[in-house]
Amino acid sequence: MAVIEASGLDLTFQTNDGPVHALRDVNLSVEQGDFVSFIGPSGCGKTTFLRCIAGLETPTGGSLAVNGMTPDEARRARAYGYVFQAAGLYPWRTIGGNIRLPLEIMGFSRADQAERVQKTLELVDLAGFEKKFPWQLSGGMQQRASIARALAFDADILLMDEPFGALDEIVRDKLNEELLKLWARTEKTIGFVTHSIPEAVYLSTKIVVMSPRPGRITDVIESTLPKDRPLDIRDSKEFIDIAHRVREGLRAGHVDD
Amino acid sequence: MNRFLPVLTVVAAILAVWYVACIPMNVQEVLTNAERAGAVVEPEGAANRRDLNRIGLVFSNTEHLGASWSTERARLPSPHQIAAELWASTWQEEVYGRRGIVNSGSFSNRSLIYHGGVTLGATFVGFLIGSALGVLLAVGIVHSRTMDRSVMPWAIVSQTVPIVALAPMIIVVLYSIGINGLLPKAIISAYLSFFPVVVGMVKGLRSPDAMQLDLLHTYHASKSQTFWKLRLPSSVPYLFTSLKIGIAASLVGAIVGELPVQRGGLGARMLGGSYYGQTEQIWAALFVAAGLAATMVWLIGWIEARTLRRMGVQP
Repeated sequence: MAVIEASGLDLTFQTNDGPVHALRDVNLSVEQGDFVSFIGPSGCGKTTFLRCIAGLETPTGGSLAVNGMTPDEARRARAYGYVFQAAGLYPWRTIGGNIRLPLEIMGFSRADQAERVQKTLELVDLAGFEKKFPWQLSGGMQQRASIARALAFDADILLMDEPFGALDEIVRDKLNEELLKLWARTEKTIGFVTHSIPEAVYLSTKIVVMSPRPGRITDVIESTLPKDRPLDIRDSKEFIDIAHRVREGLRAGHVDD
Repeated sequence: MNRFLPVLTVVAAILAVWYVACIPMNVQEVLTNAERAGAVVEPEGAANRRDLNRIGLVFSNTEHLGASWSTERARLPSPHQIAAELWASTWQEEVYGRRGIVNSGSFSNRSLIYHGGVTLGATFVGFLIGSALGVLLAVGIVHSRTMDRSVMPWAIVSQTVPIVALAPMIIVVLYSIGINGLLPKAIISAYLSFFPVVVGMVKGLRSPDAMQLDLLHTYHASKSQTFWKLRLPSSVPYLFTSLKIGIAASLVGAIVGELPVQRGGLGARMLGGSYYGQTEQIWAALFVAAGLAATMVWLIGWIEARTLRRMGVQP
């Protein structure tokens, strides 16, 4: 059974300047354990689609199932962790306190909370930083803490909306590498929004190319790269070929403008 | 030293302007006294001088102005006269006076310590009522559209009514149902102080951005969890800013509430002073009020700094 199943999905925003077709006729099936990237220029609906999966937006047409439920049911069942572009850690909570936030809300026992905080801190390589406050950490470390926060309650799905968009290239490479390791260890299904072609190709098993006005899917590329990917795989012919196909897809979307 | 130098400079400038201003302000009384003592003043007779320009009088009688800073019941008493009055109506009155705490066991009703205490009590109770009311209203306004639309406009209108007009009515109405003493003053005080707290807290409770609210939405957090874990901690810096304004407003409210009653307090002392031309008494009471306000605002600032540090804010 597919973890995420969208068919004929439509979302139209009613604005003062008339209706805006954020998504039109989106069809996609995501399997358990997939790493799916959504790539496209701004306005192509990639973030909107991710928010639909999270139940933060309500589609106006078509059907969307997450774990066999409606997105809102899945949200209530706490089926996913969501990572935003900004780390958005609470400045008045320590790193440990921030990771504990969803656990407190979801009513985990105190002992369980402490254990999970430790476990996820190790998972994102932040052990020892539990008692620090967010301002004492670099931007990359803050984003790792926010990923830990999304992982703490062990949802099967991880939705990430340009999580490394505000970080510099070097930190981004490092975090990409770590994210792949984390994905291999946890075997989660990941939905990842990005506007970087190398990032999408490096990370994904499935690349969804989207284009704007109306927001739609123009190409779905199944990656042929092996699961084990060192950073220098980006210089291989295979990688460059996939990146080329993504670029072509993006360009094709633009011609329609 | 770097912190005190600018403050001292401003204080010195104010004192300089004040001493200079004493000369034209007090010139009528000074010349009348000089004439009584036998000096020849230009023009002669207090009645002839009454409508003349004060500055003109100063320049035509420069040799008789020595008493400008020591006249009793001066229009503008000089700073050292006020300082002497402050000393006399605090330490002197309490330590050596017949009614003072040393000789009678209770604070003298002629001392500013006693009157300051009366005002402070009303201010404090009013501030507690006002800020509690302000926080509760803000919570309601943020969570209920109906309250946002109904309460907020009235809160704004309430502050456009001059408090000096409203205060006697509040006192009379409460007196007629048997409430007098501290409570009416505290209510006037609360009336002034709830408003900055409402405005500040509404802004503070609404300060979390859409992303923060979305995050809690993805956790399927309840409204009360959102309030306690996100909205309330986010509003703390706003709360303290409003409390600082609120406590100063509370003091004004308490003083205004004391004006029509004349049963003690700095307001009563100020109005009493103006009835009997005791300008030094008015100014001394005013300085005590200003000192109290500064102390209370500083105290809240101190609590704020401690609280924010405990909340892990970047120093």
